[in-house]
Amino acid sequence: MIRVALRQFRTEGVVGLGLLVVFAIVLAVTGPHLAHVYDAFESSCKVAGDCATAANPVLNVDTPLHGALPFIVVIAPALLGLFFGAPLIARELETGTFRLAWTQSVTRNRWLAVKLGLVGIAAMAIGGLLTWMADWWASPLDAVNQNRFSVVNFSFHGIAPIGYAAFAFALGATAGVLLRRTVAAMAVTGAGFAAARLAVTYWVRPHFASPVRESLPLSAGSGPGFLYGSSQGTTIFNAYIQSGVPTPGVGQVVLTAPQVSVPNGWVYSTTVVNKAGHAPTSHYLFQACPVLKQLSRPQPPSAAPLQACITRLTSTFHTVLAYQPPSRFWSFQWAEMGIFLAAGLALCGLAYWWLRRRYA
Amino acid sequence: MTAVLEASGLGKRYGHKWALSECTLAIPAGKVVGLVGPNGAGKSTLLELSVGLLRPDAGSIAVLGGQPGTSPSQLARVGFVAQETPTYAGMSTRDHLWIGARMNPSWDEALAEARIVQLGLDPRQKAGKLSGGQRAQLALTLAVAKRPELLLLDEPVARLDPLARREFLQGLMEVVAEHGASVILSSHLVADLERVCDYLVVLVDSRVRVAGDIDELLASHHRLTGPRRDHEALPSDQQIISESHTDKQSTLVVRTDGPILDPSWSVEQLDLEDLVLAYMSHAVEADRRPKLEVRS
Repeated sequence: MIRVALRQFRTEGVVGLGLLVVFAIVLAVTGPHLAHVYDAFESSCKVAGDCATAANPVLNVDTPLHGALPFIVVIAPALLGLFFGAPLIARELETGTFRLAWTQSVTRNRWLAVKLGLVGIAAMAIGGLLTWMADWWASPLDAVNQNRFSVVNFSFHGIAPIGYAAFAFALGATAGVLLRRTVAAMAVTGAGFAAARLAVTYWVRPHFASPVRESLPLSAGSGPGFLYGSSQGTTIFNAYIQSGVPTPGVGQVVLTAPQVSVPNGWVYSTTVVNKAGHAPTSHYLFQACPVLKQLSRPQPPSAAPLQACITRLTSTFHTVLAYQPPSRFWSFQWAEMGIFLAAGLALCGLAYWWLRRRYA
Repeated sequence: MTAVLEASGLGKRYGHKWALSECTLAIPAGKVVGLVGPNGAGKSTLLELSVGLLRPDAGSIAVLGGQPGTSPSQLARVGFVAQETPTYAGMSTRDHLWIGARMNPSWDEALAEARIVQLGLDPRQKAGKLSGGQRAQLALTLAVAKRPELLLLDEPVARLDPLARREFLQGLMEVVAEHGASVILSSHLVADLERVCDYLVVLVDSRVRVAGDIDELLASHHRLTGPRRDHEALPSDQQIISESHTDKQSTLVVRTDGPILDPSWSVEQLDLEDLVLAYMSHAVEADRRPKLEVRS
């Protein structure tokens, strides 16, 4: 039965493997150059003693591939679901060949287990290999960007994509069992996979672990600043605008938190509070820094007195940073993969149950 | 005599509609059984229940003494040619035989090869490119090469032209004669079955109307024509299967094991087609005139 399942999977398997090989060749050809540029830059900037601000040539190497790589790795599991998963059983049901397959001397349970197991493992292997190759190719970029936890980088590194591939495949196969139409199953697989990925990325992943909270002096990071609301709009002084910053009302002023970056970490929020945990009110800020009143004038105050005001506030206020440290990257990867693997297994269970119920 | 298929109160339901109900049957071994009935009568349902593609919602069914489809050994003992003889369109004849050999431990490679040669099929041709008749022959080859004790065929010739039909049935009879399996073959056309079957099951409106050896059925059914009269006047051992009346004349089909003694009837023998039609029209009559219903 295993050889029969392999034979019936031959076309899809060969195409999948072929694309994987093409991908591998492209990466193998371009990868060493990227690594070389990175090494050259690293040694030269070390000599010059300026690695932080020097324009990094690594980011300008193979630009089309930079853009395409995350896209390919993110879309690959969906394609596996569409072309490995959806037709696997739907095609048998739609053409009537299940009546041929299920009346040979192999029970239906075994037939289903071998098909799902074999093609599912192939999908996971392709997803895993693809990610592993992309990981290798992009390692100089990762060293420069230091942003492994970002939405895009997280999903094309590590082991999470193995879970995505398993889930997409199981979704395709199960949709095929339920809908009995390959094309309909493909549509459901594409939409369902995208929905599941988005839902987990934005609603579930932030809750894998509660963030570490750390108090930092207000001076840490760049740009604690002010936002002043006038009837013409908002005047910005030195402020780093991030999501969650309140918009000041007319005639009000807001002290914005500094931007603190955690290399390869995931910053949830930065807030400015006093020892009691309260943010400064607009009223308090005007009292502490009368110079802020000048923000309402057409000629804004010069930077020096405003900066002096921030320095004065430093004794009373501090920054609270909530973030996931880089050391949690792998536990998040395991959790992400686990969720998608479990969902995939549950879907296979549904397919099994439905075949027994509907066709027995 | 052991039964190859034994059903008792068997029923299968789709939603609220019973596709087969209260089916009680015992088909003896070594027969070539014709399963006839109009489209939608439940023939496919009965065959799919017998091979384990469906499970009953009521009653029970035993095929060769076992529960259909539950184990590899049970599956190996029953060959099945499904309606419209499905095959994998993208795979060649050789691929199909290869799959048959891998999925059936009792596979008879020599038999399969011999049949392919005899049929003149190109082993490399994709099944999707075969004619309907060739595809049916390929499906039959797969079913017989696993050397089943019971071979089930669901309307295998329904879509074939008369020549392909004859060739298919001939091929079937050759295999049966050579390897001796019991056969159940469904059709909505009696002419297909007349040549090959020695046992008949008539299925109408999801129920079994009559089942028995064709010779015995033909011997015990008669068409009576005579002056118009009420059916109450018949002897009690004569069961009316169908009746039609004009102003002056009555025509009845009756089943009886005894002789017809009433001299006012002119008695005719039925052929198989007449017999099946009598049972099918009986169902129509019974629906239209429930008072005259005669249970068989």
